[in-house]
Amino acid sequence: MEDQPKFPDLTDAERRALEDLMPDELSEIITSGLKRRHFLKLITFTGTSLLATHLLGIEQLMARTTTPAPAPPTGVENGVNVAFNLNGRAQTLLVDSRMTLLDALRERLALTGSKKGCDQGQCGACTVLVDGRRVLSCLTLAATCEDKAVTTIEGLADGDTLHPMQAAFMKHDGFQCGYCTPGQICSAVALLSEAKNGEASYVTQHARQTEKPMKLSDEEIRERMSGNICRCGAYPNIVDAIREVHGDKAVAQVWQFADGTI
Amino acid sequence: MRPFKYSKADDAGTAITRVSANAGAKFLGGGTNLIDLMKEDVLHPLELVDITRLKYADIAKTATGVTIGSTATNAITANHELIRKNYPLLSMAILAGASAQIRNMATNGGNLNQRTRCTYFYDVAMPCNKRQPGSGCGALKGINRNHAIFGWSEKCVAVYPSDMAVALAALEALVHVEGKNNAKRTIEFADYHRLPGDTPEKDNTLQTGEFITSIDLPENEFADHSYYLKIRERSSYAFALVSVAAALSLEGNRIKQVRIALGGVAHKPWRAAVAEQWLTGKEATEANFRAAAEAELKNARPLEHNQFKVAMAKKAITRALQGAMQGGVYGLEGGAENGMPK
Repeated sequence: MEDQPKFPDLTDAERRALEDLMPDELSEIITSGLKRRHFLKLITFTGTSLLATHLLGIEQLMARTTTPAPAPPTGVENGVNVAFNLNGRAQTLLVDSRMTLLDALRERLALTGSKKGCDQGQCGACTVLVDGRRVLSCLTLAATCEDKAVTTIEGLADGDTLHPMQAAFMKHDGFQCGYCTPGQICSAVALLSEAKNGEASYVTQHARQTEKPMKLSDEEIRERMSGNICRCGAYPNIVDAIREVHGDKAVAQVWQFADGTI
Repeated sequence: MRPFKYSKADDAGTAITRVSANAGAKFLGGGTNLIDLMKEDVLHPLELVDITRLKYADIAKTATGVTIGSTATNAITANHELIRKNYPLLSMAILAGASAQIRNMATNGGNLNQRTRCTYFYDVAMPCNKRQPGSGCGALKGINRNHAIFGWSEKCVAVYPSDMAVALAALEALVHVEGKNNAKRTIEFADYHRLPGDTPEKDNTLQTGEFITSIDLPENEFADHSYYLKIRERSSYAFALVSVAAALSLEGNRIKQVRIALGGVAHKPWRAAVAEQWLTGKEATEANFRAAAEAELKNARPLEHNQFKVAMAKKAITRALQGAMQGGVYGLEGGAENGMPK
């Protein structure tokens, strides 16, 4: 019995990889919680869902990872063929008429940067640009995107060079958990062009004056970003990031790494 | 979401024929309200006819004012130079609504046809005469903090959510619609939305298959003195508790003409006719604004949880008129002096 492998039906390589990841005793998890070292390893490799699956049996887990990718859908009810430009490339897709742009991006096109927060148009996590204007992809039917140009967070950078707004969000720590960030950044990029066009907001002092470009106050930035909710409350840093890219001078960051940590 | 057929219309006639021929069909504009309601299973159309590609997006001068197309987006409309310069009240009202993303999607026609945000309408486990006629009104004796203080019936106490429409009511806009067999008609804005009465399932006076083609804004003398004030539970991206569209034309300091419409208080944009009549011909003073607001709110019928709206509406009317006097400059309407936050 001593030679009985801990994880049957695995190749040697898989077993070694898994044993390296797993805590020595599963009871350790249950009685005393995961040690930080193991926890970090686990989430690094697999995401936190593995924690729950420990208790379900490892065979199920490994079986799941080897499931072949699902076949492309056939005979879609109320199928609509849609052709659009996605991050600069032509894209065609057969979608169920009910499919939102958000689901098409995430589930069919493997672009999971756009996030599903509320799925009801209240949080802004799904914000993308359609024909250069910010919209909510959770309330946009994919079928309505025929001939349009869709830009997602994945399409903002130029190769390995970040979009200035992406770089500014990093510099100013414009996030904590990061879930709302792709929507915040897409929204902020559109905000810049709206200000350039002289578009007003509710807090614009003189609605009748139509000069452009507009120089936005912090109050203006906050109002214009109100469609993007950040549950971590990174708002001051988000405003700093936008002010830096919108303005003509650098904005000092309010944090720095502790000595010796980088 | 339940299955539905989707099609794009190339011309209004085709769209109208399709929607007229199928009781389960609806026009699809920006979808910001309709798709949400379909996800919630409040609405379940069998067919959507996408009208966003129809050629009704023009905003242009006419002999009598400015016309705005029904398929132009709210964002384009609010920022059009003709609207910003001549109808700043409409720009302010549109920009007070929703978020930048939603205003980029929402069409002008769709804005007028928004459904109520009453939570009993949205919650399919609750009774709602508007969603299911005859099932009762959950809000009448329920949590009715956000509900009507004017014009409600035992059947429905919901309020209509649009900001844009409150400004259009004050501007006495005209709604042009087209129906089956090319039948065109024009509806005065006051007659477009309706009070609930015994048939709260009908929000407006559109007939089946009728399609809004454009909205006319008559010329006026209000551009120098108009203001849209919106009071809500957070400073942005929330529906109004009370909102006020106020517009004045003055001779010296005497009020020649005044328009006041309220949002968040009734099943339709509420023209404050009593206050308007009270003010016409009088001096434009804060004391008069207050007295007019008092007169208007004498007729309010608050529910159990929304009595605060009566006091709020009085102060909001006063403030909005002060904002109009200050030339419509945002933030100059003097909230603090009226004991209210900005």
